[in-house]
Amino acid sequence: MAPSFDTLTEQDFHEEEEEEVDFSDLKEQYEVKLEEGLDTFVVIDGLPVVPEDSRQKLVKFLLRKLNTVGHTSEDAVFMPLNDKGMTEGFAFVEYETPEQAVGAIKQLHGVPLDKKHTLAVNKLMDIERYGREGRIEEEYQPPQLEPFKEKEHLRSWMGDASARDQFALYRNDKVGVFWNNKSNPPENVVDRAHWTQLFVQWSPKGTFLASVHPQGVQLWGGASFSKQKQFPHPFVQLIEFSPLEGYITTWSARPIQVEEGQPVLTYEEDGKNIIVWDIETGKPLRSFVSHDLAPGFDADGDVQPKKKVQWPAFKWSADEKYVARMLQGQSISIYELPNMNLLGRTSVKVEGVNDFEWSPATVTREGIKQYEQLLCFWTPEIGSNPARVALMSVPSKEIVRTRNLFNVSDVKLHWQSQGAYVCVKVDRHSKSKKSMATNLEIFRVREKGVPVEVVDSLKDTVINFSWEPNGSRFVLINTGEAPAGAAVAPPKSAVSFFAPEKKGNTPGNFKLIRTVDKKTSNGIYWSPKGRFVVVATVHSQSNFDLDFWDMDFEGEKNEAEKDLAANLQLMKTVEHYGVTDIEWDPTGRYVVSSASVWTHSMENGWNLHTFSGTTLSENPTEKFKQFIWRPRPPTFLSKEEQKQVRKNLREYSKEFDEEDRYAVDIANTAVVEQRKRVLSEWVAWLRREKEIQAEEREAFGLPEDADSPKLAKDARIGGQEEGDAIVEEIVEEIIEETEEVIG
Amino acid sequence: MRPILLSGHERSLTQIKFNKDGDLIFSTSKDKVVCAWWSANGERLGTYSGHQGAVWTVDVSPNTVLLATGSADNTVRLWNIKTGECVKTWDFPTAVKRVAFSPDGSKLLAVTEKRMGFLGTIVVFDIAYGDGNLNDLDVQAEEPSLRITCDESKATVAGWSYLGKYIIAGHEDGSVSQYDPKTGDQLENVQAHEFDHQINDLQFSPDRTYFITASKDKSAKLISASNLAILKTYVADTPLNSASITAQKDYVILGGGQAAMDVTTTSARQGKFEARFYHKVFEDEIGRVRGHFGPLNTIDVHPAGTAYASGGEDGYVRVHHFDKPYFDFMYEVEREQQRK
Repeated sequence: MAPSFDTLTEQDFHEEEEEEVDFSDLKEQYEVKLEEGLDTFVVIDGLPVVPEDSRQKLVKFLLRKLNTVGHTSEDAVFMPLNDKGMTEGFAFVEYETPEQAVGAIKQLHGVPLDKKHTLAVNKLMDIERYGREGRIEEEYQPPQLEPFKEKEHLRSWMGDASARDQFALYRNDKVGVFWNNKSNPPENVVDRAHWTQLFVQWSPKGTFLASVHPQGVQLWGGASFSKQKQFPHPFVQLIEFSPLEGYITTWSARPIQVEEGQPVLTYEEDGKNIIVWDIETGKPLRSFVSHDLAPGFDADGDVQPKKKVQWPAFKWSADEKYVARMLQGQSISIYELPNMNLLGRTSVKVEGVNDFEWSPATVTREGIKQYEQLLCFWTPEIGSNPARVALMSVPSKEIVRTRNLFNVSDVKLHWQSQGAYVCVKVDRHSKSKKSMATNLEIFRVREKGVPVEVVDSLKDTVINFSWEPNGSRFVLINTGEAPAGAAVAPPKSAVSFFAPEKKGNTPGNFKLIRTVDKKTSNGIYWSPKGRFVVVATVHSQSNFDLDFWDMDFEGEKNEAEKDLAANLQLMKTVEHYGVTDIEWDPTGRYVVSSASVWTHSMENGWNLHTFSGTTLSENPTEKFKQFIWRPRPPTFLSKEEQKQVRKNLREYSKEFDEEDRYAVDIANTAVVEQRKRVLSEWVAWLRREKEIQAEEREAFGLPEDADSPKLAKDARIGGQEEGDAIVEEIVEEIIEETEEVIG
Repeated sequence: MRPILLSGHERSLTQIKFNKDGDLIFSTSKDKVVCAWWSANGERLGTYSGHQGAVWTVDVSPNTVLLATGSADNTVRLWNIKTGECVKTWDFPTAVKRVAFSPDGSKLLAVTEKRMGFLGTIVVFDIAYGDGNLNDLDVQAEEPSLRITCDESKATVAGWSYLGKYIIAGHEDGSVSQYDPKTGDQLENVQAHEFDHQINDLQFSPDRTYFITASKDKSAKLISASNLAILKTYVADTPLNSASITAQKDYVILGGGQAAMDVTTTSARQGKFEARFYHKVFEDEIGRVRGHFGPLNTIDVHPAGTAYASGGEDGYVRVHHFDKPYFDFMYEVEREQQRK
């Protein structure tokens, strides 16, 4: 019932009074802007002052500059005259679209017109807004300089005395950073509730920890993990760092709506999905609309279902000088940094391009002096043209090598971490399209002419492939056709290990070392230092095995494999129920297997293993989400120094072993001390309690056995007439068991 | 040692009790039958039938003459253990969730459910044992000598402290309170467990100076009876239904598992249907005993500390007699203490 005037209470009156409060300041702040029509106008200051006669000339001269960023005409330039018939040194310009006006401000502001004059370009609206009377103080007041504040060292964690590694742990709604203490409980550095909304991510060299919020991305760093940078991309969902931590790309499915008063985002970013940010300045470099958001139309004009987001949408070259994006089936756009301009002003047209990958390192190629970045891409069969894989050199955009392929259904590109090889995994179908097989086409990038080696002994489709980091061996998993009733039993897979033949200094042809059949494995996780590899079954309902393999086992070698640069040995197999993720620490000393609540809610938590598969600790954690090791920047030691360290490993390890033993001793003593204290406290408490009880008993005048049943005796003895019944209890005990085989 | 499997119940177990001598085990289940077993070999001695609903709780008088049971048929019954006849029935407006004899057997408390406009109560009856020759056991008080009404949060479990000095009750909201059994006044109330996580079990130490509570909040606590101070906390990874303190060795046994309603969706491994042994003083988990394929609803320890029995949602009672290593196990500091 709506209140009538009669039933209004005293309070209601007050409410009405409150409405009379002066809101003018708020009104001003949220005033609806009606100046939309002026969006296309800019004001240009800093022009030379000329008499009326030469005004025309000046306008023409100016127009040449103005038309570089948009379209405008002589009529649209208004240069007023003063009483003396001289120009005032400024002009009003109308562009065709607001975007052009914005472009003019971005690109012409601060640009010299001639030796003496520099253009100052502003929006007409901004002049209105900021230049209005009273908004500007008459007297100049120098801005206050912030006192110098020492920033935290962003790499302080590298200075740990015992060279431990850090990791971030996201569980429930808390994110913590910890030191790994081997089998001892990890040491906490920081632990904050609601630190992130979606996930956390380290930057590639471990300098920053990124947290993702509906308001944007925040970077944290330093010893106390203080806030370092903010990137206000509303409703950001995915982020990607560039390899040298110079830039960050953010993506949101929702186009950005730039509101007035946004300090960082400008009109430029309106309606975009992707922003490339400069981490140093915290400013957006350039923003883009996602290619894959708009559902495409196929030949019949039907709307195709929305494709999955391609992430990373922008792929970085190893030296961070270029970033590229592919328009599926059409072109690759390569942008130069730091200005984010399109390389050579045009995208590279590649009809049908399906995927591309940058080389993860700058490759030194035989016979090529100029070290350029390499990019590998492939196109499927179109009409009668074969499928094609090509290597392109950037920035020259020169095609270094191409290879044609037939009967291709899918291709995956795998670069070796140093860019020495790129393995093109080709899934081929037979002519009838009924059976599938996989070929590996391995490009030896470093060698002259980039020879291609083909490994085609694989019958079934390969579901996973992985190069040894900094090495020339690889592991792949192939699977047969899923057997009937695959829903019950997961498809069996086979794990194959490959190594090159020993042949002088250069690695020879790739040969199969061994194939392990009847596995269910689907994940390959190489140690970041190479040599060791974990092959595991993840995201499975029924198998959870992790196999720890050594590629350079120091024991006896199989005769058949003696000319291969490997000695394969299974070190250990462990199980981790419900395992979803496996991560090596950056030094290759530890492996963490984890079961995240993001995938399932059974026995979430993480287990720590050594590189050889010895489980150091199991940490069941409720609502566990994410475990990520903090990456390390590359070492500063030269090759020689590293060799030196390796040579003296024995001595170093002696020192560390000593330390370990000492630490264990300390810990043990602490535990024993603690237990002693707890036990003596408990005994004392019990004694005191007994005394109190005895006192009370005396006070009540109760006998010692007050708690024993009063009538028990009578009941027991005076029971039934049958007298004492004897309950016989026969206890059998097996003293010894012997087994004899007869016959 | 292989456990003895007592499979006489058709539905899930609700409570198990050893008698004071430890030679008998009494078990109640939702199948309305109360069973008595020999603890040594698992042979069934007999049943006590008469209840019309699920039997929630059982207790044995300290002299093993009378057996008290509480049921969902809104009654508390007293039985002659030897003959199996029901000697007394008290009616209540709601179900009875817990019965407990006082240490000297002279009193019996019963915890009644809050339902249908009735508040949860704790009632106390005076118990008589006839002429001492098991005659006239049916001569019992009609009315309770005391009635405590829990108007804040209903009591779920209750028991007697040493000398019957206090009645200790665990509540639905996770708190523990201490009552004066003469006046019924609440003396103390402590939020021992997480708020709104029901206390499912409360069992006393042999000398009744402290007790252990098991709660839905996945922890069990050792609490002093005299001032309700929390002495120890045992953390598990699953909701707990029962906890028991072992005599002789300083252990506690916890039992629980994923709530019965969630069990069908997961494998047995997932349910965590294990009895967990913790060291009473150091709060460390020492070991687990598997076997049940449903949550453990109730655990009781032999008064001499030589065996324990667990009853599960799966309808089985498992009796484990401890082996030598169980008795031999000792922390280094304990051994030192002993040598002194």
